[in-house]
Amino acid sequence: MSFDPQKYTGALTVGELPEGGIWTEPGSSLMRKTGDWKTLKPVWDKNKCISCLTCWAYCPDSCIKIEKALNEKTGKEDVKNAGIDLEHCKGCGICAAVCPPKVAAITMEKAR
Amino acid sequence: MTDTIEIRWHGRGGQGAKTAALLVADAAIATGKLAQAFPEYGPERMGAPVKAFNRISEREIRVHCAVEHPTIVLVLDETLVDSVNVLEGVPDDGTIIINTEKSADDYRQKLNFKGNIYTVNASGLAVKNIGMNKPNTPMLGALVKATGILDYKKMLDDTKHKLEKKFKNKPEVIEGNVKAIQDAYEEVKK
Amino acid sequence: MTVTTKLKQITVARTGNEAMAEAMRQINPDVVAAYPITPATEIAQIFSAFVADGLVNTDMVTVESEHSALSATLGAAAAGARAMTATASQGLMLMAEIMPIVAALRLPIVMPEVNRAISGPINIHCDHSDTMFCRDAGWIQIFSENAQEAYDNVLQAIKIAENPQVHLPALVTTDGFIISHGMETIKILPDDDAREYIGAYKPNYSLLNHEKPITVGSIDLQNYYFEHRIPVIEAMQASKAIIKQVGKDFGEKYGRAYDLLEKYKTDDAETALICLGSTAGTAKDIVDALRAKGQKVGLIKIRVFRPFPVEDLTAALSTLKAVAVFDRSDSLNGYGGPVFTEVCSALFNSAQKPKIVNYIYGLGGRDIDMHQIEAVYNRLNSIKDSKDVGDIVSYLGVRK
Repeated sequence: MSFDPQKYTGALTVGELPEGGIWTEPGSSLMRKTGDWKTLKPVWDKNKCISCLTCWAYCPDSCIKIEKALNEKTGKEDVKNAGIDLEHCKGCGICAAVCPPKVAAITMEKAR
Repeated sequence: MTDTIEIRWHGRGGQGAKTAALLVADAAIATGKLAQAFPEYGPERMGAPVKAFNRISEREIRVHCAVEHPTIVLVLDETLVDSVNVLEGVPDDGTIIINTEKSADDYRQKLNFKGNIYTVNASGLAVKNIGMNKPNTPMLGALVKATGILDYKKMLDDTKHKLEKKFKNKPEVIEGNVKAIQDAYEEVKK
Repeated sequence: MTVTTKLKQITVARTGNEAMAEAMRQINPDVVAAYPITPATEIAQIFSAFVADGLVNTDMVTVESEHSALSATLGAAAAGARAMTATASQGLMLMAEIMPIVAALRLPIVMPEVNRAISGPINIHCDHSDTMFCRDAGWIQIFSENAQEAYDNVLQAIKIAENPQVHLPALVTTDGFIISHGMETIKILPDDDAREYIGAYKPNYSLLNHEKPITVGSIDLQNYYFEHRIPVIEAMQASKAIIKQVGKDFGEKYGRAYDLLEKYKTDDAETALICLGSTAGTAKDIVDALRAKGQKVGLIKIRVFRPFPVEDLTAALSTLKAVAVFDRSDSLNGYGGPVFTEVCSALFNSAQKPKIVNYIYGLGGRDIDMHQIEAVYNRLNSIKDSKDVGDIVSYLGVRK
């Protein structure tokens, strides 16, 4: 089977489904925007963040974005925190909880 | 069913009644006949009475129920004669072969049986040739001599072949078994 | 059975378990995961000797329970392997949780299974309670009358299960001890011919293919579960034609043809027995004996219980006057055995149907002898033209 993720309706018929209930399209969770589920949203302060990436390791929905940036002192590439994917973040607050207290770069605020 | 020969084996768990039945079926099939061999499994343990059966025929055997009226009965342990009705369902012209040191006449009175009684000291022959009290293979020799249901030479060849597979690393066991069968074939008496 | 064999086959003496292990050796599965249980232990035990002797290329996985055995087999099959296991009775019951998952994942696992009573009380002997307990698990169920059929059915089950129109798991059963431990004369195919017949397995998908990652066994709620069950249901319906075709081809190639049902002397029969497994052989001899006395009797053996051969059965029963359904298990539904209730439901919408009675027999390995079967035919003879059939469900050979 092949289908266009852009046209995915969430209501495929018997004949359109792959055999055995398997799912053949990798990354299909990208299609499912869960960002509007949250009542609290994480707010990230770029200036406070030290890019320890603890939140990246803990986030259950892989919503901490990262980027590579050149470190002028060492001349090597560092991995830096690049904010939060709010389209998929469900607002669980784990990132804020694990952010080191001395840093406190992520705080939870009312989502709507 | 009239052209099917039915056999019942009486033994005690560990004596090889089931193995003997399998060897008879195997030998019968090797000589071009059709055959069945099956044990009657109970909660058997070493020494408990067990039964095994054969059917041998020229035609396809379809029945899968117990043998009720065997024409041939083999008794691997003579003490069973006192505790089990070894002649149950056997017709008057049937044949019983008993592993014993006693003579057929001794048993004729005891069993009150009009048919053919054969005796052979299968245990003695097994101890002498194999070094263990495994009377099942010598009983094959006695069976073939007494009833002629199988070709002696073919049965001997097939059994030897089968034992060669099982005791690949123990040639003395194979030779002993073959000798025990040959001795029993010679010594079984009416 | 046709006598003409177009191929040189080998006549051997084999027990049912040996015959099934022999078929597994020729199939040479990629993975076998198994746990021992009487009376099926020998199948995996003999097969493990083939593995040790290097006669097959199988990865043999010894596990700690039947639940694990089928789980490991499922995992191997999802990875794209041809995978098999074997069990009986309580072992099958422990596999029961995994069985419908195998079917839903459309994995063509073939499992030799030996029919044995289920506890309690504890019993190791033949009846069909274990297999019937798993009858709605989405597995094809093929019953074997003797060791020959056990061998032939295991080979055919691979062709059936792996057919792209089917892709369902299959159980091939023999009757515990009666067939599993009974030695009989059978014909087996030469290894090369068997391997050519079986052919290579082309899995539908593989979990291990990192070029094409997939999700297997995901959660499926109100929005999709129903749509995902329909193909399993349709595959079971479609498998009837495939089973027939595979059985016909097998007959043309090797001289032993198979169908969903075996009809024995039913063409002009007035009464017939319906049964499964080893009892059919005994009943055939009774049919011959009664026919020699001029009675118009026949036998219908249900070889394939899942899928249930509704169309063939209703056609076969349309000309009969009275039928006795033999069940080697009781449904504990307060109304007879599973074969009986399914035969009755198949017949309900037929215009032409016989009088029908049910006999539960042989529970826990209780022997069924020829006199008992003959007595049932005599009863059918007496009720075939009468209005009153008497007891609809009877228990044969029990002390009451």
